[in-house]
Amino acid sequence: MTSITAATPAPPRARKLTGAGRRQWIGLLYVAPAVALVVVFFLIPLGMTAWMSLHNWPLMGERSYIGLGNYVAILHDTRFWNALRFTGWYTLVVTIAIFAVAFPLALFVERPRPLTNLYRTMFFMPAVVGFASASLLWSWLLNVDSGLFSPAAYDLGLIDRKFNLLATFQPAFWSIIAMVVWKVAGFTMIILMAGLQSIPQDLQEAAVIDGAGPFARFRAITLPLMRRTLALALILSVAGSILAFDQFYIILRGGPRNQTLTAVYWIFNQSFVSFKLGYGAALSMVLLVILVALSLVQLWLLRKPEGLD
Amino acid sequence: MAQATSRNRRLAARIAEHSTGIIASVLFAAPIVWAVLSAFKPAQEARLPPLPPWPTSGISLENYATLNSFGDGLWVSAQNSIYVSAMTVVLSVAVSVLAGYGFSRFRFPFKDLFFILILSTIMIPFQSILTPIFLVLTKLGLHNTLTGLVGVYVTLQLPFSIFMMRNAFDAVPREIEEAARMDGAGNITMLIKVMLPLVWPGVVTIALFAFLGAWNEFLAALVLMTDQSKFTLPVMMTALQSGRFGAIDWGAVQAGVTVMMVPCLILFLVLQRFYIRGLMAGAVK
Repeated sequence: MTSITAATPAPPRARKLTGAGRRQWIGLLYVAPAVALVVVFFLIPLGMTAWMSLHNWPLMGERSYIGLGNYVAILHDTRFWNALRFTGWYTLVVTIAIFAVAFPLALFVERPRPLTNLYRTMFFMPAVVGFASASLLWSWLLNVDSGLFSPAAYDLGLIDRKFNLLATFQPAFWSIIAMVVWKVAGFTMIILMAGLQSIPQDLQEAAVIDGAGPFARFRAITLPLMRRTLALALILSVAGSILAFDQFYIILRGGPRNQTLTAVYWIFNQSFVSFKLGYGAALSMVLLVILVALSLVQLWLLRKPEGLD
Repeated sequence: MAQATSRNRRLAARIAEHSTGIIASVLFAAPIVWAVLSAFKPAQEARLPPLPPWPTSGISLENYATLNSFGDGLWVSAQNSIYVSAMTVVLSVAVSVLAGYGFSRFRFPFKDLFFILILSTIMIPFQSILTPIFLVLTKLGLHNTLTGLVGVYVTLQLPFSIFMMRNAFDAVPREIEEAARMDGAGNITMLIKVMLPLVWPGVVTIALFAFLGAWNEFLAALVLMTDQSKFTLPVMMTALQSGRFGAIDWGAVQAGVTVMMVPCLILFLVLQRFYIRGLMAGAVK
């Protein structure tokens, strides 16, 4: 220990104080609990995931090393690829839908006006409710007999007989989209609003003087200056949607006819319903690679604009 | 004349604006209000479609009573949720304040490595390492315990809250510490008596995020808590809604959803400033 301290050149200011070197070491004690937690609940499980993925690992009984066997099996696991395809489709649709609602809302609440704060709060409220609560709430609203939508439409004479929104794929899928947009749009709105507010006002004014219309200003000033904010909102939405589970489990149980199983749902089924822990780990590794790749794209998209700090 | 037209036009624009705002507000609030109001209907009425949303045959707490009679009852799950959320708040604040201070004020070997290690966990979805977490907890004898769940939740909070606290401590001028040191304050005294009051807003922010995270988390609780007496509210309510305790009582679902939502909404309304701050801190990074 002492040799390392001696080898590390102490900063000039610290050297003047006696015992300052040792005092700096105390920093390790301060961060130790955090590092320990990350090691126990993150690093070790991460290593284990990789290790387990190379095994046939049932919950009870003997586990055996099978090399890349699980990965080969994944190649032939059409239901996993279907789940992944569905997750991709859901991510695409829900992200577009969230932005289509959140961007106009952000423009609406950006400028301070009377009542703006109230509107912001109202739009944001569903975002602090958990996904599980929101899903339970909507599973009731969507219920054919005791819910709101179908009976209300029936009472208003819009439909001849009660229609079960959750019985077939399309209405079920779009119901989930509606619920997620309701829950998440306020969150995305706040992020986009922060981006809008960071655009210097004089830039807009100069453009007005130059005779640029609102649409031209939006394209030439707002969008380019919001690149980082847009990228952030986009990534949060994409990463969150790829990991979607709660709403599909609670509202649809993966149905109708297993058509709404997401990637995480499939991993959950393999690991904790069928107890194929090794196979589940291999599936997790595939998902992990996808998300890490996404994070790298994120770092690239979020890079500081050139020329600015 | 021209002045009057422009004034009229401005008035029309304002009316259009506020009607948009009000309609959108109603749409966002409606599902929440609908559930909270319906939960107060008598059981008989709660089974029917919620039109109108408010109770028409008298206010009743029947649904809450029913909810308490399912499985181990509402109160047990609520206690579990309260315990898990409170412990997550306390521990993640303690761990992050210490670590934030350490990263901000000391130089030590592997400092950058540790900091990057903690922050980079945000890139790895915990959903993909749940199975091994399950096995690690079993090894530690924490399988199916609320303590184990707290450990997982605290770890999930760390990247955000340590980043937040490091920045908060960075913003405190070093002169303040040096003055306190002259007065003979030791490290821990200094942290608690001198620094903590200065970074208080940051602490409130991370506490709020820790509470919401733990209170609302579903998948880890579903996987790790196998015993009904350990269920948190989301897991218990999902079991009820899936018909695990017999025919689905939608009145009880409304009551449960209300219990789950109201604490989050109250905390958010009271501490809104801190919530938005945290969001911005995350967003600006």
